[in-house]
Amino acid sequence: MYAVELKEVSKHFGSVTAVNRLSLRIADGEFFSLLGPSGCGKTTTLRLIAGFEMPSAGEIFIGGNEQGYLPANRRPVNTVFQHYALFPHMSVAQNVAFGLEMSGVPRREIQRRVGEALEMVHLSGLGNRKPGQLSGGQQQRVALARALVNRPKVLLLDEPLGALDLKLRKAMQVELKALQHQVGITFIYVTHDQEEALTMSDRIGVMHKGSLLQVGSPQEVYEAPQTRFVSDFIGDTNHLDGLVTGLANGEAAVQIRGAQQPVRALTVNGVRLGQQVTVAFRPEKVLLDRQAQPDGNTLAGRVVDVVYTGSSTTYLVRLQDGQQVMARQQNAAVSPQMRFQSGDLVTLSWPVHACKAFAE
Amino acid sequence: MSARSFPRSSTWARWSARLSSFSLSSYGFLSYLFLYLPILILVVFSFNDSRSVTQWAGFSTRWYGEMLADDQVILALWNSLFVAGVSTLISTVLGTLAAVAMERYRFAGRLAVDALLYLPIIIPDIAMAIMLLIFFNQSGLGFEPWRLELFGLRLAVPYSVIIGHVAFNISFVAVVVRARLAQMDPTLEEAASDLYANSWQTFWRVTLPLMMPGIVGGALLAFTLSLDDFVITFFTSGAGFNTLPVRVFGMIKKGVTPKINAVSTLMLAFSLLLVFVSLFARRGEKNPAGELGV
Repeated sequence: MYAVELKEVSKHFGSVTAVNRLSLRIADGEFFSLLGPSGCGKTTTLRLIAGFEMPSAGEIFIGGNEQGYLPANRRPVNTVFQHYALFPHMSVAQNVAFGLEMSGVPRREIQRRVGEALEMVHLSGLGNRKPGQLSGGQQQRVALARALVNRPKVLLLDEPLGALDLKLRKAMQVELKALQHQVGITFIYVTHDQEEALTMSDRIGVMHKGSLLQVGSPQEVYEAPQTRFVSDFIGDTNHLDGLVTGLANGEAAVQIRGAQQPVRALTVNGVRLGQQVTVAFRPEKVLLDRQAQPDGNTLAGRVVDVVYTGSSTTYLVRLQDGQQVMARQQNAAVSPQMRFQSGDLVTLSWPVHACKAFAE
Repeated sequence: MSARSFPRSSTWARWSARLSSFSLSSYGFLSYLFLYLPILILVVFSFNDSRSVTQWAGFSTRWYGEMLADDQVILALWNSLFVAGVSTLISTVLGTLAAVAMERYRFAGRLAVDALLYLPIIIPDIAMAIMLLIFFNQSGLGFEPWRLELFGLRLAVPYSVIIGHVAFNISFVAVVVRARLAQMDPTLEEAASDLYANSWQTFWRVTLPLMMPGIVGGALLAFTLSLDDFVITFFTSGAGFNTLPVRVFGMIKKGVTPKINAVSTLMLAFSLLLVFVSLFARRGEKNPAGELGV
C-alpha cells in the first residue's frame, strides 16, 4: 500500500492544463519532493492531494482510500503553507491546538500534545505569543508544529522555506529532514530549488508543464537525467549541439562543428542517425589540460573567463564554432601549472559515461 | 559651479523657500478655517444668552435646558437612536453576508449583484427617497408604525423608515467589510479547513474574528449615516413621525433660535464620539496579515 497514489490525475483551469495525466506512487515514510520551475503544476498537484482543488480527471488515493471529492477537512493530511498561514488572532498554542480541537480531542490531551509539539520544534515557552511577534523562522516552526501535532498520514509542504534567508534555510533543511526521520510521517515537499530537493529527498519527481518528467533518487535524476529539461534544470550542465554520425552499443558519435573528432555520448531517448542532438555533461566532469587525454572525449578551445568561487574555480571555454563549455575544478586538488588564465589554449576532456545525447 | 560665486541666488532661494512655506501654511490654515469656522460659530452660539442666533449676549446653557425640556426633541432623539440602532443591526448582518458572498464565492450573476449592491451609494438620496415612497404606497405595506415603550416614552416608529435606512446602509456596510475581506489572506481559511474545520467552524473561528474590525467600522458608519439622514426619513415616515434631523427642519420653519444650535451641537458631539469609537476599535488592527509578512 502506498501513502499516496495518483492515477492519471489531470486538472484544468478553463483552457489551461495545470496538471496533465499525472501518475505517481509515494511509499510510506518517504520524503518525496516535487521539483520544477514556477508554473509547472507542482503546487496544484499538492493542492489536489490536500483537497483544496478537485481533479478534473483521475483518482487520488491516500493510505489506500480513494479521496474522490472529499473536502480538505476530511482528508488525513496536513499542510505547511508557503507563507505559513498562521491565524494572526490566535496565540501560538491556540494555533497548534486548532486541528485537535476541530477533531474533538479531549482538552487535557490537547494540552499535552500541544506542549509536546512545541517542544519538538524548540518553541516551548512561546505558546502565549501571537504569530506576529515571532521571527520568520519561528513562524515556520509553529506552522510545522500545527500540522504535525495532528499526526497526519502525510504532511504536505508547499515551499515552506522559500521566505527564509539562505543561512536559516540551510539550517532548516537539515532540521526538517531530521524531524521527518523522527516522526516517520510521509513528507511531500514542493520546491523550485533543485539543491534543496537534492539535499533532503529520498526521491524527487521533476515536473514541467503539468507533467512528471522523471522520478528517481537524487543521484538518479542528477547523474542519469532522462530528458534535456531534467539535465538542464538540475545542477549546471553543458549543452553542445551536433549531428549524429554513428550509433553503436547505446552510444552515439556526435560531430560538433569545427571539432577534429566526434564526441561520444550515451543515447537516452530514441536518437537516430543523421539527427540533430544536444550533448549534455556536467562541468565538474570536465578536465582541463594543455594536451589531450588518451581516452574519452576531447575538444580544444580557448579560456574566455575564470570565476573563482572559493572551493572551486569555473572556467568558461569557447570552442572553435563559438559554443561555450563550463569546466569546474576543485582548487585544493590542482597543481599550480594546471591553473589557467583568460586567453590560454586548453584541451577539454570528459568521460563518455558522464555524457548524454538528447534528441530534441 | 559653487554657490559662493552667486551669493544672490542663494539668498533668493532661501527667501523663495520661506515664501512658499509661508503661503502653503496660510493656505492650509484658510482651508481649515473655511471648514471649521461655521461649526465653531454654531457651537459658540449654542451657549448664547439671547433669542437671537447672531448677537452675542453672554454665556448661558439655557438653550440646552430648553432642549431637554422639549418633549418633542427628546422623542425625536429617541426615534433617531431607535431607527439607527435597529437599521444598523439589520444592515450589518445583511451587508456582512453580502460582502462574504461577493468576496469568497463565485456564482452566476455575481457581477450584476455586485453592481446593484453599490447602486444605493451612487444614486441621489432624493431619487432613492421617492422610489421608497412610491414603493411603500403601491405595495400596500404603508407606513404602519412599530409601537413600543422605551424608558417610559411611547415610540411609534414606521417600519418603512427602518426598511428605508436598511436599504441604503447595507451597501455601506458591504463596502467596508469587503475592503477588509479583500485584505485577508484566503489561505487562512484553507489552513482552517486543512485542520479539519468545516465551513461553519472556519467562518466562526477564523473568518469572522478577522473580519471584525471591518464589521465594527461598517456598523459605526451605518449608525452615523442613519442618525444624520434627513431626506429618506422625511419621505418614508408619513405624517407625525420625527427623527432629530426632521425635527430640526420643522423647528427652523417656525423661526431659528439657539435651541437649534444646541440640538445641532448635541448631534455633532454624538457623531464625533462615534468617530472616536471607530478609531479606537481599529487601533492597532491596521493590517494583522501584514504583521505576518504576507
